[in-house]
Amino acid sequence: MAEKKVIDARGSFCPGPLMELIGWIKLADIGDELELLSSDKGSAEDVPEWVKKVGHEYLGSREEAGVWHIMVKKTK
Amino acid sequence: MKILIIGGGMGGTILANNLARRLTPELRSGKVKITMLTASEKHMYQPGLLYLAFGRVTPDELYKDQASLLEPGITLVVDPVEEFMLDDNRVKTKSGKTFDYDVLAIATGSRPVPELIPGLAEHSHTFYTEETALKMFHALRAFEGGRVVIAMGVPHKCPMAPLEITFMLHDYFKDRGMSDKVQLHYTYPIGRVHSLENVAKWAAPEFDRLGITYETLFNLKEVDGAAKVIRGEEGGETPYDLLISIPAHRGMEVIEKNKLGAGGWIPTNRQQLNMEGRSNVFILGDTTNIPISKAGSTAHFQADTLGENIAALYKLGAPVRDYDGKVFCFIEAGKDRATYAMFDYLNPPDPKPPTKAVHWFKMAYNKLYWISARGLL
Repeated sequence: MAEKKVIDARGSFCPGPLMELIGWIKLADIGDELELLSSDKGSAEDVPEWVKKVGHEYLGSREEAGVWHIMVKKTK
Repeated sequence: MKILIIGGGMGGTILANNLARRLTPELRSGKVKITMLTASEKHMYQPGLLYLAFGRVTPDELYKDQASLLEPGITLVVDPVEEFMLDDNRVKTKSGKTFDYDVLAIATGSRPVPELIPGLAEHSHTFYTEETALKMFHALRAFEGGRVVIAMGVPHKCPMAPLEITFMLHDYFKDRGMSDKVQLHYTYPIGRVHSLENVAKWAAPEFDRLGITYETLFNLKEVDGAAKVIRGEEGGETPYDLLISIPAHRGMEVIEKNKLGAGGWIPTNRQQLNMEGRSNVFILGDTTNIPISKAGSTAHFQADTLGENIAALYKLGAPVRDYDGKVFCFIEAGKDRATYAMFDYLNPPDPKPPTKAVHWFKMAYNKLYWISARGLL
């Protein structure tokens, strides 16, 4: 059964939010939704770029109090 | 108070020694007991493997007896844990013994898992174990020229390793008079050459200056050993004559088997370092799921924090400080120059141009490590 997982990468300079997502998405099951929390505004651009390039589904993002919530669905 | 430390790597060893110093009278009187359970009677200086791959150290220089590193009063038991019974404050070891505790610290570390990428273990060279570093040493000596590709999995231990191995390979082939026969090609998983933006801003021009080519947004999907090509999840592929890899890592199997955390990474409070939902279980080093570098310095600084806090729990009944996310990484920029990156949860690093002085300090630290593990540095 698909799950929804939160990856809290706030304050992560290294490995950083995108690398955190790349690592955790490998552990997820196909169909799982992952919500990446990032305090780096660059994540709002580089995460969707990578997700689309690899072929997962980008579900959208929103910013709340300086934290970007980026939603991704593992599709493969 | 019974303090049980699982793991005899850098984090577990520094924590045990830190606690033993803070609680010496209590250890002598028997009011406090510190026990370390570990899988090996030998302690390895893991960063030394990078130098072993180039023949700049020998295997015997990387090891000391674990017992020789521990303060008097610490009980060392070489018997790895197989079962965690956290609700009962107890663990069970491979030999079948059980150990109970009042405070538990888990520092079991991580392991390379090249087998997760088809073809990687068979067709690439890496330096994350003594065996593979020695194999890489001989492969480099036998290499007669061609395209050397550096590729990696995520997450990996030592975030500077991809850059360091690349710069050191450059100088290695240059010293052997092979610069005109070797093309180094670096790949990296995200859209710049290193996760730390300021490090990437320094490293990319260095690659350009040295003639090292690179491509970003390249996540290893498979290695085709017959065609001598690696393919990325993003759809790209690149040929190689010699493939050097930094494999993806996972936490130890015992963590996954006991369902303490997906991937072997235990959910950990990033300031207090307690396992989420447990006030008497602390996690340090690679074993945490905290989104910071899996590096020896991380384990070291977390051990310092936990040493102070666990001693304070006994003496004051409450912890006294937070871990601030501090990490310090040397960055070898070749055979004889180095810089460093220091950062925490709030402050990014600002690496300076590499110098010989920092390289020689790193060389000195490779020896000073044994003092550091004893908790004296």
